[in-house]
Amino acid sequence: MPEIKNLTMNFGPQHPAAHGVLRLILEMDGEVIERADPHIGLLHRATEKLAENKPFNQSIGYMDRLDYVSMMCNEHAYVLAIEKLLGIAPPVRAQYIRVMFDEITRILNHLMWLGAHGLDIGAMTMFLYCFREREDLMDCYEAVSGTRMHATYYRPGGVYRDLPKEMPQYEVTKWRNPKKTEIMNDSRSGSLLDFLENFVDRFPACIDEYETLLTDNRIWKQRTVGIGVVTPERAEALGFTGPMLRGSGVEWDLRRKQPYEVYDKLKFEIPIGVNGDCYDRYLVRMEELRQSNKIIRQCIDWLRKNPGPVNLEDPKLTPPKRADMKGDMEALIHHFKLFTEGYCVPEGEVYSAVEHPKGEFGIYLVSDGANKPYRLKVRAAGFAHLSAMDEMVRGHMLADVVAVIGTMDIVFGEIDR
Amino acid sequence: MLQEKLKLLANLVNSRCNLPAASSRIEREELTIELEPTSLVATMNILKADQDIALTQFSDLAVVDYLKYGVSDWETKETSRSGFSRAVSRGKADQQDFPKRFAVVYHLLSIRYNWRLRVKVYLQSEPPKLPTVSPIWPAANWFEREAFDLFGVMFEGHPDLRRILTDYGFVGHPFRKDFPLEGKVEVRYDPDQKRVVSEPVSIEPRTLVPKVIREEDWLHSSKPKDKDDA
Repeated sequence: MPEIKNLTMNFGPQHPAAHGVLRLILEMDGEVIERADPHIGLLHRATEKLAENKPFNQSIGYMDRLDYVSMMCNEHAYVLAIEKLLGIAPPVRAQYIRVMFDEITRILNHLMWLGAHGLDIGAMTMFLYCFREREDLMDCYEAVSGTRMHATYYRPGGVYRDLPKEMPQYEVTKWRNPKKTEIMNDSRSGSLLDFLENFVDRFPACIDEYETLLTDNRIWKQRTVGIGVVTPERAEALGFTGPMLRGSGVEWDLRRKQPYEVYDKLKFEIPIGVNGDCYDRYLVRMEELRQSNKIIRQCIDWLRKNPGPVNLEDPKLTPPKRADMKGDMEALIHHFKLFTEGYCVPEGEVYSAVEHPKGEFGIYLVSDGANKPYRLKVRAAGFAHLSAMDEMVRGHMLADVVAVIGTMDIVFGEIDR
Repeated sequence: MLQEKLKLLANLVNSRCNLPAASSRIEREELTIELEPTSLVATMNILKADQDIALTQFSDLAVVDYLKYGVSDWETKETSRSGFSRAVSRGKADQQDFPKRFAVVYHLLSIRYNWRLRVKVYLQSEPPKLPTVSPIWPAANWFEREAFDLFGVMFEGHPDLRRILTDYGFVGHPFRKDFPLEGKVEVRYDPDQKRVVSEPVSIEPRTLVPKVIREEDWLHSSKPKDKDDA
């Protein structure tokens, strides 16, 4: 009698559906998964250790590179932790700007997720549609910070600078005639807020477009309904947060339950799922896109009416104005000290968490009173989600592994750190 | 309001787990309790199972290596007389094995009552050892693996204590404070041997910004401005 053995299969680390560098060792009985053992760490850069060897401000840029599709939300948790240790709060206008960019980031992240998840399980068009809208939001990033992705825009005490009065414009080239350029620049003639308002106006129609393609799509439902089901109790025990937890029907959102910045002044709803499968998590994230759109609109209205400072005017924490440095000796010294040595943060420890697009993103920061963090620990939502991989795919088919990876919204920048 | 809630939680935790009042403290609106390694599992079980505390979610596990806590690269207190040294001096304060070098820090969350608790356990021996909490919260499994990998904390009873973030065959625990930032080995492809070889690291360690501790309290002058114009 022939001996029947389980087959061990290696999935990744270079696999288009592995969302980066995930190596999965799958033990299979035919096409059914018996056990999954994710090997992570292929993108480990020791961000936490690097941050312990740099002044506080110089690590903000590292935060962007953790979850590199929701850059500003990572910065937010880090900056909040420093502010909590220092005992300061930024001006209200800066808080609104931060909330607005957090929500822009959420849309960016969810669009990336939707496109990639769709592509993984057969909806090719989604990727193109999602990147079309992402492009506009990337331009907003570029307008405020100068870079399209790794912004380093949030700073302890506020944000780097106020919102720009004008948007960058397309230029006429050999391949783009003046008429076409004019059409492309149509929404870019005003300020950043005008551009964003234009985006917010047309974005709900874009979401409808995505939903027409997917929500009632027979193939999409076959691939997602009943796949990777997690009960609410189990989701809690496994450390799920964000849409993964809400998809299982637990109403938990830090923006509402432990509000930071100005979230308590804004109106928005928290969508939750019923069945806890991939399809419900998809629906939750689609609704979050709409809610984020609503929040951005409220922020735009407030920011239009309330000009003001976007940074604490504390020379020990925030750099002086360029013009002051030309004539004022003290401003020059402050600038020099701030950019060489940085500032010392009082001794203590804090944990600050934000509702990141993927779940709870926390920073545990220990300071011994120096100009560098003594210990920085990043609590990444994806780390807890991926650790439940084995449980979620057990008994499913090989093709469902891809759906489960997609639904977890995995980005290795934050998991491996 | 948050303060009152935390006080309530502190009282609850102290009474249900039979802890002395001195073991808990509230700082910056966060509640921390300190536990002995021996009582960890029993207390953690109560924290999760007690219906009035209900810390059902395991948020985070971090390890802190206190080897160089409060040690600065530059002495700044006496400098007005002597002046700063030019370079960062190395080798000082490399003391080994002092009691309470490592602390394991757990962050727990209750979804029902919306409160957080930080549990801190100081470890003494080398290698640092602690019983696992992964049977209580399955989420702790990978966090403990990470702590083992990066700090070498042994979690006794853990079902699968393997390295998780570092490379296959890595030696050492890289996040300890006595592990150099530039690492110990580097790898390159050797065209003669036609394989990847590991060699001792060739990077010169360099400190761009020295760590300094200044005891000025200018920070308290910084108050949030225009707080009520929203």
